Amino acid sequence: MPGEAAEAALDQELKGLIADVLGLDPAQAAAFGPESGLFGHLPELDSMAVAGLLTEMEDRLGIVIEDDDVDGEMLETYGGLLAFARAKLADS
Amino acid sequence: MISTWTPTGADGAGREELLVAFDQRRQRRVLVCPAWFDEANKLRRFTVEVMRRLDRAGIDSFLPDLPGCNDSLAPLAVQTLAGWQAGMATAAQQFAATHVLAIRAGALVTPDHLPGWHYAPQSGPKLLRGMIRARTIAAREAGREERAEALLALGRTEGLTLGGWSLGAGLIQGLADAEPRLSDGQTEIAQSAIGGPGLWLRAEPDDDSAQADRLAALIADSIAGSAG
Repeated sequence: MPGEAAEAALDQELKGLIADVLGLDPAQAAAFGPESGLFGHLPELDSMAVAGLLTEMEDRLGIVIEDDDVDGEMLETYGGLLAFARAKLADS
Repeated sequence: MISTWTPTGADGAGREELLVAFDQRRQRRVLVCPAWFDEANKLRRFTVEVMRRLDRAGIDSFLPDLPGCNDSLAPLAVQTLAGWQAGMATAAQQFAATHVLAIRAGALVTPDHLPGWHYAPQSGPKLLRGMIRARTIAAREAGREERAEALLALGRTEGLTLGGWSLGAGLIQGLADAEPRLSDGQTEIAQSAIGGPGLWLRAEPDDDSAQADRLAALIADSIAGSAG
């Protein structure tokens, strides 16, 4: 079970990464909650941007994301993406 | 500022290609190896903005099109990594370059003998992985299933269209294990040294004068420092 500090750091890292990749105002990304909609909700997040986002997550978090990992659930909400990143980090 | 050059070493050699140059026959002459494909478009303005700043700092710079890239009439599908490397080596010679600035995947074709900088270098496998991923995600949205490994295997034998770019088998084979290599006198400049998110991440081509200022200043300072 990761500590609260590590969890907060991951949350912050992921929000910063989304803001960087999508060119969002950092304040908009910082306001994301678990239910905030991503794919299908943010016009900036098209398939090219999804590819960029996943590649940046691999680089910055040091994880490897396989084809099979990518599904609607992980991309639909911020909470889904955060849970995915947390699980990947726990595996690595 | 706009002129042409003629690659002699690359595939499609002997054809005229576009050259953007700030050339006043000054002592310091920087060959720019630009980013590729989609990133080339997103970083084009930034690249030329850095060159304008180098010009103001008293440094010449040269941005040649490689065959198959940007405004080139040569087909992209027949280009190879070795051909592009030979093209940049020829360019270095023709422009009497004293330094090289590689941007992103441009680091894969940097002439070894020139001192210089790799800005946010990108490896071949990462470049391919990102482009193949964009294709598999787009396919899935369209209700088709494509596998990354199968696409890469197909690309190695028959070539592959990724993000609208027709990459030949030779180029994909070359990229599959190509890593940027810093030779003597070359240093890496990470995006963190420039500040702010890299412009290649933008969905649309963008501009950032503060980032261009910073990269040009790092280069000018580095040249001034090494000149003693």
